[in-house]
Amino acid sequence: MIVKGRKIVGGYAEGEALVSRDNVSFYGGVDPETGVVTEPGHAVEGKCITGKVFIFPKGKGSTVGSYVIYRMMKLGTAPAALINVETEAIIATGCVISGIPLMDKLETDPTELIADGTPLRVRADEGFLEIVK
Amino acid sequence: MHLTRREEMILQGGDGPAAAKLLELIVALGDVFGAERLVPVESAHISGVSYKNLGEAGLEWLSEQAELGAKARIRATLNPAGMDLELWREMGVPEVFAEGQRRVIETFKLMGVEPTCTCTPYLIGHVPKYGSQVAWAESSAVCYVNSVIGARTNRESGPMTLASAVTGLAVLYGYRLDEDRVPGAVVAVETELSSIMDYSALGYLTGKRLGTTVPYFKGLGHPGVEEMKALGAACATSGGIALWHGEGVTPEAVKVSGLLTGLDSITVERGDLDDAVATLTRPLEDAIIALGCPHSTMGEMKKIASLVKGRDFGGKLWVFTSRGVYERAVKAGYVDAILGAGGRVYGDTCMVVAPLKEMGWSQVATNSFKAGQYLTNMGVETRLGTIVDLLGR
Repeated sequence: MIVKGRKIVGGYAEGEALVSRDNVSFYGGVDPETGVVTEPGHAVEGKCITGKVFIFPKGKGSTVGSYVIYRMMKLGTAPAALINVETEAIIATGCVISGIPLMDKLETDPTELIADGTPLRVRADEGFLEIVK
Repeated sequence: MHLTRREEMILQGGDGPAAAKLLELIVALGDVFGAERLVPVESAHISGVSYKNLGEAGLEWLSEQAELGAKARIRATLNPAGMDLELWREMGVPEVFAEGQRRVIETFKLMGVEPTCTCTPYLIGHVPKYGSQVAWAESSAVCYVNSVIGARTNRESGPMTLASAVTGLAVLYGYRLDEDRVPGAVVAVETELSSIMDYSALGYLTGKRLGTTVPYFKGLGHPGVEEMKALGAACATSGGIALWHGEGVTPEAVKVSGLLTGLDSITVERGDLDDAVATLTRPLEDAIIALGCPHSTMGEMKKIASLVKGRDFGGKLWVFTSRGVYERAVKAGYVDAILGAGGRVYGDTCMVVAPLKEMGWSQVATNSFKAGQYLTNMGVETRLGTIVDLLGR
C-alpha cells in the first residue's frame, strides 16, 4: 500500500514502524546514548527508536532538540526516518542537519493508519511511503 | 518556494559548501512554514552557545560548519556562554565543562561571529534599524528587537541563526509580515507597575494566559529599558510571545491601535501580580541572590551597587551582565562596590545557562520570572522579590 505525503528532507529508508500518539521532545525526552524514549508518562516511554521509522504528531520542547537528533545520528542511535502528522522547526532542523528522511502531511493520519512493527519503506524524494505486506 | 537565481547559485555551491548546506536548511524550513520566498536579513543574534545545552553533539556540528568554511557575512553576535570566560574557576565551573565551552567560543570566532556572549546585544551597540529584517534567536532579545526597536524576526533557533548569518537570508513568514504583527488580545493593566519585577510578573502571567498571541498592553505607565526587557523576557518564557505592543510605549502601537475592536481583553490587577509572585516563591532560608536575567544594564548595576553599600553578602549575591556592560561598570566603580559587599559579578553568562547543579546551587532568589521558571524546571527552588526586597536589610 502506498501513502502519499510531503517531503521535508529527502532520502530512502526502511524499517519497522514505531508509532507515538504523543508529541516528542528530543531534548530531555529521548536518551541519545541508547535511543530510548525517557519522558515519564509518554505514549512510547521505554521504547527504543533506533533504526525505526518513528511516527508521531509533531515535535515539542527546546530547540536544542535538533542537536540531540544530530548526536543520535553520530552515535548510530538515530531512527531510520521520521514521519510527522505536521512537522515543526525543531524536528525539521534536526533532520536536515543529520540527513534523516522526514515526511509529513500524509493523505491519511499515519498515527491512526499504521501499527507498531509494520515494515515500511520511506521514499521521501518521491513523496510517498510504502507499507510492506 | 520561489528562489532567486542568486539563491539557486548558493545552493549549488557558488558561495562554498557551508553556505550551500546552511541555505538548504533555510529552504527546508521555508517549506515547513509554507513560505513563498526568502528575504535578506541585516543582522543575526545566535543562540545555542552554552556547552550545557550544546554538548559534544552541538559542538561537533558547529565545528563541521567552520571546517566547511562558514563565515558570517552580516553582523552576528552571540548569546551567553555557560561561564564567565575569565573567572569561570572562581564560579566553580568544572574544568571539563570549561574546555568544551572554550572550544565552542573559538569555533564561533573562526566563523566571524562576535563573541559578545549576552542575551542583551541591544545594550552593547547591536541595534538594528526600525523596520529592518533580522534573524535573532534568544526569546527575550527577539521580544525586545521586535517590540521595542521595531525590527522584524521570528523566534529563530541556533542552527537557523547561524544559517542566516552565513547566507544573509531568512524565511519570509510570521513576524516578518505586517499581517502577523497585529495584536490578538488586549491586556489592560489596572494597577500601577512600580518595579522591574512588576513588569516581569505582568509578562509572566500574560504569556501564561495568551500563549503565543500578540498582546496590546494598555496602562504600562512609562517603562524604561530595564522594565521592557523584563516584560518581554517573561512573556517569551511562560508563553511563546515574540512581539508585544504597548500603548504610548512601543513604536508600532499607534499603527495597530485601530485594530483592537472585537479582540479578547484581559485585565490585570495587583492581586494577579501577587499570585504570580506566589507561584514561583518558596520560603527559602539559604538562597543565593541572583540578578541579571536578562543581563543587567548600567542602570541596574548602579542601583545594585548603591543598595549593597556597607553590607556583607558573604558570596551569596551574584550579578550577571554582558562583557560590555561589565567593563563599563568596572570603570564606574560599581563592580568594586558589589565585590566589596561580598557579592560577585560575572560577565558572559547567567544563572539560566551556567551548570548550576554542578556548581552546587539549590536555592535562588531573583527578581526575574524568566529565571524563576527556568530554575524551577531545573529543580532549583526559587523566591521572587524586587531588587530592593532582595538586597534590603
